[in-house]
Amino acid sequence: MSDVCIVGIGIHPFGRTEGRSGRDQGVFAVRQALADAGVGWDKVQFGYGGSSSAGNADLIVNELGLTGIPIINVSNGCATGGSALGSAYSAIASGEFDLGLAVGFDKHPRGAFNAKPAEYGLPEWYGETGLMLTTQFFATKIQRYMALYGISRRTLGLVAEKALYNGTRCDHAWRRSELDLDTILAAPMVNDPLNKYMFCSPAEGGVALILATEKKARELGKPAIRLKASVMRTRPPGSFEVFAPSIRLPRGESPTHLASRAAFERAGIGPADIAVAQLQDTESGAEIMHMAENGFCADGDQEAWLAEGRTRVGGQLPVNTDGGCLACGEPIGASGLRQVFENVVQLRGTGGARQVPGQPKTAYTHVYGAPGVSAVTIMER
Amino acid sequence: MSTLTPIAAGLWTDEAEPRLIGGKHRTSGEIVFPMPLGDAALHYEPMLLARRGTLWSWTVQSFRPKSPPYDGPEDFTPFALGYVELPGEVIVETRLTGTAELTIGMPLELTIEPFDARRTTFAFRPIEAPI
Repeated sequence: MSDVCIVGIGIHPFGRTEGRSGRDQGVFAVRQALADAGVGWDKVQFGYGGSSSAGNADLIVNELGLTGIPIINVSNGCATGGSALGSAYSAIASGEFDLGLAVGFDKHPRGAFNAKPAEYGLPEWYGETGLMLTTQFFATKIQRYMALYGISRRTLGLVAEKALYNGTRCDHAWRRSELDLDTILAAPMVNDPLNKYMFCSPAEGGVALILATEKKARELGKPAIRLKASVMRTRPPGSFEVFAPSIRLPRGESPTHLASRAAFERAGIGPADIAVAQLQDTESGAEIMHMAENGFCADGDQEAWLAEGRTRVGGQLPVNTDGGCLACGEPIGASGLRQVFENVVQLRGTGGARQVPGQPKTAYTHVYGAPGVSAVTIMER
Repeated sequence: MSTLTPIAAGLWTDEAEPRLIGGKHRTSGEIVFPMPLGDAALHYEPMLLARRGTLWSWTVQSFRPKSPPYDGPEDFTPFALGYVELPGEVIVETRLTGTAELTIGMPLELTIEPFDARRTTFAFRPIEAPI
């Protein structure tokens, strides 16, 4: 089986862009990715893509050209981008195609997401009584984790401080000003123990990736960034998920555990081999817990890792080098592909002020979302 | 209180010491809350859950959730919520009431509280005695 390579990347800056639809931000990203790959739209053989709140991806042909290619709309919550990429990966790995597109975009209203109970198979009272908020899930999950494993509020603050610092060095980031730790820790509480600066916000943005066979990548004269694994998993029994009126006993693992293990197995390497990682940081606590769920450290070791700056650019394992969701915001359909975009930048060595030193050869992405999905990729240069 | 009605039918029993109504899977024995509806209900039999448990985790809802789906009073008062482990049964999500001092592991028991001017909902509150 041929390796699948990423030969072109494009991104529409994240944040708020008045007057430009989510889909237009996706088209913007596709044009940039095509230019980066040095191919025309007429050479693209298929596409997978989607959004959560900004409509279907197949409509991009209106702007890009009616070439008749198949475009599959993907709607998979926070794993929309990861699922689009995984499907594109399989389409090329199968031998059916040798050049294709994965695209994700979104545009959300301001404020917390207001999910509807029926869309998640939940009774109306659950939403009516104010128990159906994503922020509550993240808060209760890290609250218990902190108590079990000795994670301090200061460590939550350090994650946000790092994210905003990295964001100032990234062109596609939304939040572009640093904040000191004291200011972060003194911000108004949103859902205890997480405050205003520890949560990401729903936002807008678009990301596109052009994928090709290794042979095609060579023809294009592109540096070979190989997608060694692209895995998506749903939840196992006993996991604790967003929008859970109850949690089964005995407790089980998370979908992240499953996706991570499967991805490492497929790539044939382990966590210690990864040089840079983009981990879902919907809020500060998520990044901390996902460090362990993805196998990069033991539960509780994050306290020392953050204190020693091991996840900063230049540290042992830089995490969320573009500022992650905390600095970029979260356009659901685009967020997972942003992580892949950032890893391609890092593997190419074009990260500028945020470039991970030492010419990283391996990179990892991870998303998590409702109602219990996770997607992981592993890339190699 | 007598004029208030439950926010939904079938969530708890109407008795002096009410109990939440969960569901027990007919083959696996898995216990869930609430009792599933629709076709999924065929696989579960209703099960009355323990009134007492321990705090598994918690947070405070500091801002008024968006409406819809939130249907509480316009005049918002922050409230505590979390998960309570009913030993050997299931961990349930619930409002928490009666204290500002929440500690994981503390013993709690079920109570029915006013939700708005018309309706009641369930919550858990601290108890002195260990379970």
